[in-house]
Amino acid sequence: MSINWFKYSSPASFYPLAGSMIPWFTAAAVLFGLVGLYVSFFVAPLADWQQGQSYKIMFIHVPAAWMSMFIYVVMAFWAIVGMIFKTRLSFMMGSALAPTGAIFAFLGLWTGALWGKPTWGTYWVWDARLTSQLILFFLYIGYIALASAIEDPRRADRATGLLAIVGVVNVPIIYFSVKWWSTLHQGSSINFNPAGADQRALSMTDSMFVAMLLMTFCFWCYTIAVALYRVRCEMVEREKNNDWVQDLVKSGDA
Amino acid sequence: MGALRSILVRDLTIAMRRKADVLTVLFFFIIVVSLFPLGIGPEADTLRTIAPGVMWVAALLASMLSLGRLFYNDYMDGTLEQMLIAPQPLGLLVMGKIIAHWLLSGVPLVLITPLLGLQYDLSADALLVLVAALLLGTPILSFLGAIGAALTLGLRGGGALVSLLVLPLYIPVLVFGAGAVDATVSGLGAEAHLALLGAGLLLSLVLAPWATAAALRIAFE
Amino acid sequence: MLSVQALACERGDKKLFDNLSFEVEAGHALHVHGPNGAGKTTLLRALCGLVAPAAGRICWDGEDIHDLREDYFRKVSYFGHLNALKDELTGLENVVLGLGLAGHAVEEAAVSEMLARLGVEICQDLPVKVLSQGQKKRVALARIMLAGTPLWILDEPFTALDVHAVDVLSRMIVEHVTNGGMAVLTTHQDVGLDLSQVRHIHLGKRG
Repeated sequence: MSINWFKYSSPASFYPLAGSMIPWFTAAAVLFGLVGLYVSFFVAPLADWQQGQSYKIMFIHVPAAWMSMFIYVVMAFWAIVGMIFKTRLSFMMGSALAPTGAIFAFLGLWTGALWGKPTWGTYWVWDARLTSQLILFFLYIGYIALASAIEDPRRADRATGLLAIVGVVNVPIIYFSVKWWSTLHQGSSINFNPAGADQRALSMTDSMFVAMLLMTFCFWCYTIAVALYRVRCEMVEREKNNDWVQDLVKSGDA
Repeated sequence: MGALRSILVRDLTIAMRRKADVLTVLFFFIIVVSLFPLGIGPEADTLRTIAPGVMWVAALLASMLSLGRLFYNDYMDGTLEQMLIAPQPLGLLVMGKIIAHWLLSGVPLVLITPLLGLQYDLSADALLVLVAALLLGTPILSFLGAIGAALTLGLRGGGALVSLLVLPLYIPVLVFGAGAVDATVSGLGAEAHLALLGAGLLLSLVLAPWATAAALRIAFE
Repeated sequence: MLSVQALACERGDKKLFDNLSFEVEAGHALHVHGPNGAGKTTLLRALCGLVAPAAGRICWDGEDIHDLREDYFRKVSYFGHLNALKDELTGLENVVLGLGLAGHAVEEAAVSEMLARLGVEICQDLPVKVLSQGQKKRVALARIMLAGTPLWILDEPFTALDVHAVDVLSRMIVEHVTNGGMAVLTTHQDVGLDLSQVRHIHLGKRG
């Protein structure tokens, strides 16, 4: 069995394929989301008396933080594929993912702050994970800013691709340095209640794990659906002079 | 190697004939460092604590400020396109540009730092480590910054844009650079920090000219 | 030998030319004609590897120049709209360091001689920022002449030059080509290159 994958790397054949996939992923995202939220709110047990329901924001927070990290790696992957095979579609996939990655990074920070208030008594602590998430958010912003500053799409593709690759090489170094920094400054700068800190290390029950997994699938499907939607818009915009787009417009499908 | 030498000689000669460019960045650094006591208060204890962080952040910003002219003048007058079609590997020429950039924007900061350290009541040990850390860290800033400068070459709002791209990448340098001084002051010893900075320097020396050369080609095609 | 096969270039979304094929052998010159915006500069930049063509191949002795890279760049000198001179350096320094960047070592005496031949010996020790457009252009040309490369790609080399300099330059191009060199050039001026081996191509012609 051999599938000609490169066939789908051409915009003309990928456009309808993407179009037919979007409804499925949207539906899956809604389904996973509803079941995931149900499990997290009504099935997953309460934590101890101190945290109560508030820990349940974790079911949004943790998958969002995962997704934000994962999407950056995927962007770099598409950039590398694009650089090697010189396929425009790969670069378009990369840049279509960036806004979603930035949203998840922001969501991770926001829900982290909301979770921090009841547990730590403050919205923000300079803990290694939150700080890394903040820096990741900055990396996304830099990527998006560069993409929007370059008008020529060919240059934008390759410049942002290179930035994603440079970023992904640096992310582990940044993460390591922030971790190092936070262990060194533990005594002085993070002076929240240490008992509260321990509460974040919850022991996971099965239902909690299931809820987390369902929410992660939900975010996955949402990301794919939205990215495909953006890629389709970008394709039509870029290839407006090509025959296949003209045909689409005539048939009223675009 | 002849090409590398030519580029160094060229950039340094030009800088000697246009000293204002070099001095502007140096004074920017001095002024930023001098502003903090005015904003925070003159207590020697506080100043000693914040000194490494302040100096490093100021060095980051000063290096950022000078990135604008790293490739821009060459881009405007056509020497950059001649470098792109020179029979030397572009990475080598870029390496020359970056070394010249560091000599002109990094080294002056390192040299003035002991003087500024006196304003912050730093001990001789701490000063020595600070200078050593800057000596190892400022070239990394030039190397990483060159990638950003090349990516944003000729774009509108390039100056602000390059800081968005490059400042997050500077974070490890800031952490290890400022951390080195903190570690000395608290008696832990700065060897680990300095070793990490050295490793970072080697890594950026190998990878950054290559990435910068790729970015320059992207900017031209 | 430079050979171009089915070359197409575009700028932004606009197709400048396509299916362009030609060859330039040793001892031949190619004169590219065409109205403004026809893609002459883009073609020349593509020939020296600064612009990636949208389609087609550019080969040097049968090998694609994008594979040859540095090996091809060793054979080419490009003279573009920008002079590639540094305002703060003198004429002499500009030529010596400019050649040094490209890996060509050159004697200062040779540079002086070339500047004199081009009639700009007074520019030797003056910073380029005080020179006129024509003088700058001649200093920049001196760099091309001294590089010793077989292929010269010259984009509008005659603009801003006075009658005497045009004459000197065209004689130098003829000399280079008759000695087995190659030249690809554009010009709007009516410069009679006294060459039997000159080929002409016209870009931007409708139909």
